Amino acid sequence: MTVIEVKNLAKRYGETVAVRDVSFSVERGEIFGILGPNGAGKTTTVECIAGLRTPDSGSITILDGSAGDPALRTRVGVQLQEGELQDKLTVREALELYSTFYPDPADWRKLVDDLGLTPKLKTRYGKLSGGQKQRLSIALALLGNPEIAILDELTTGLDPQARRDTWDLISGIRDRGVTLLLVTHFMEEAERLCDRIAVIDKGEVVALDTPAGLVQRAGDEQRIRFRPSLPFADELLTGLPEVKELRRQGERVEIIGSGNLLHAVISVLARDGIVAAELTLEQASLDDAFVNLTRGE
Amino acid sequence: MTVFLKLLRTEMKISLRDPLYAFFTLLFPVLLIAILGNVPTMQEAPPELGGLRVIDLYAGLALGLAIGIIGLQGLPAVLATYRERGILRRLATTPVRPGLLLGAQLTMNLITVLISAVLVYTVANLAFDVPIPESPLLFLLAVLLNCSGAFAIGLLLAAVAPSGKTANAIGTFLFFPLMFFAGLWAPRELMPEVLQRIGDFTPLAAGQDMMTDALLGHSPELISITVLLGYLVICGAAAVKFFRWE
Repeated sequence: MTVIEVKNLAKRYGETVAVRDVSFSVERGEIFGILGPNGAGKTTTVECIAGLRTPDSGSITILDGSAGDPALRTRVGVQLQEGELQDKLTVREALELYSTFYPDPADWRKLVDDLGLTPKLKTRYGKLSGGQKQRLSIALALLGNPEIAILDELTTGLDPQARRDTWDLISGIRDRGVTLLLVTHFMEEAERLCDRIAVIDKGEVVALDTPAGLVQRAGDEQRIRFRPSLPFADELLTGLPEVKELRRQGERVEIIGSGNLLHAVISVLARDGIVAAELTLEQASLDDAFVNLTRGE
Repeated sequence: MTVFLKLLRTEMKISLRDPLYAFFTLLFPVLLIAILGNVPTMQEAPPELGGLRVIDLYAGLALGLAIGIIGLQGLPAVLATYRERGILRRLATTPVRPGLLLGAQLTMNLITVLISAVLVYTVANLAFDVPIPESPLLFLLAVLLNCSGAFAIGLLLAAVAPSGKTANAIGTFLFFPLMFFAGLWAPRELMPEVLQRIGDFTPLAAGQDMMTDALLGHSPELISITVLLGYLVICGAAAVKFFRWE
């Protein structure tokens, strides 16, 4: 079941085109990522979906309404970049206040516990660290028990440990049946969390696929590097169908190829009693896919 | 309604956590009266004051001071900061409209003025025999209109200022001349004619006139009411027109 459907969204600010033509749909229960370089139009896209901006053209359907419908505000939780709180408000007060906004709020005690914020309940917002503010922001977005949560750059500014904790939390939220729309520019985050990813560049969707699907588009070229224990002739390996190229750098060998490259190479070497020491295998990553997809002309 | 009350309570708590705000709006006006009341010349009643002593006027001026600080400095700085830091924007994603927070801020400031009024007049009356206003209702109306003039200007500042700091700077810049015309440094009644006439058209002076009239039990001057309502309507409308939520 489709819960968010964006069709031919376009938005410009004066002369600047922020979003040229963006279409995608999000299914219930999935974690959908919007990935793109800075200034690609990610934030404008989610702001339109959150009903904070009116698109110049195109349509956005969310659940059974259209973006901006007041009824959606109880069903969609939003965590934005640059949405702060009053410095002198404590964490607890913020949660209690925001709980009164929703007809059926979640238990904030449970939420802050999951987010590791319980020791900070009496702390004022202004005294929280960046990561703590971010986690409070996520808690507030989930406070209304939303069916959909939109999280914009949720781990920006977090240290690596806090980032991993947040990822675990996000997976936990999905397990509760919440559909998640995630904006990010972290490859690792998108790869770890998202079921599907829309790559946006210069205001357009340049690819929409699963993380694995995107990686495949970058080609399945692989590189093996190793130091052979015994010298061998190039022909030993270049004859293999999986091997495209063999290079030597001093005593190190680099082999570029595809398919079941590693298995093919190791089998031949083993047959001749050659040990491949210091072996590394490099495969195309989402990083490569991303760079390929968003490379400037 | 419960959401509004919760917002109001929260705003009140937050503002009282700002020691400067609490001091200048609640304590400073009372302190001013307590100090001025002990200055012998304050007990004099120059004929221009129509039977009032200087200290009687200063009770109103102390309250006007609180209104000026709140309306011209506190309110615009807080609201511009709420916009600047995305507090209104965050609220816009919830079922609550950000306008409700503005409403809570205005109400909170109005309540602060009323508390300040009770404090000032209680001390002024008990310690220095400043009369309780002959027409309490007219006096309340005068306080409300005085607030509406200053708050409307504050809202307009919040609407056009790019940041909380700028809003506060412009507010402070306006505060001193407006308080001057209201008579903080020398009562209006003792000013040269030309300064009095200019003062007629400034909000805190018009508010001060209304409060003085109510203190004496006189009906308010038409010009005071017109000027204050004028500020309310013109600045209020401009604020609504120019206000940016982010």
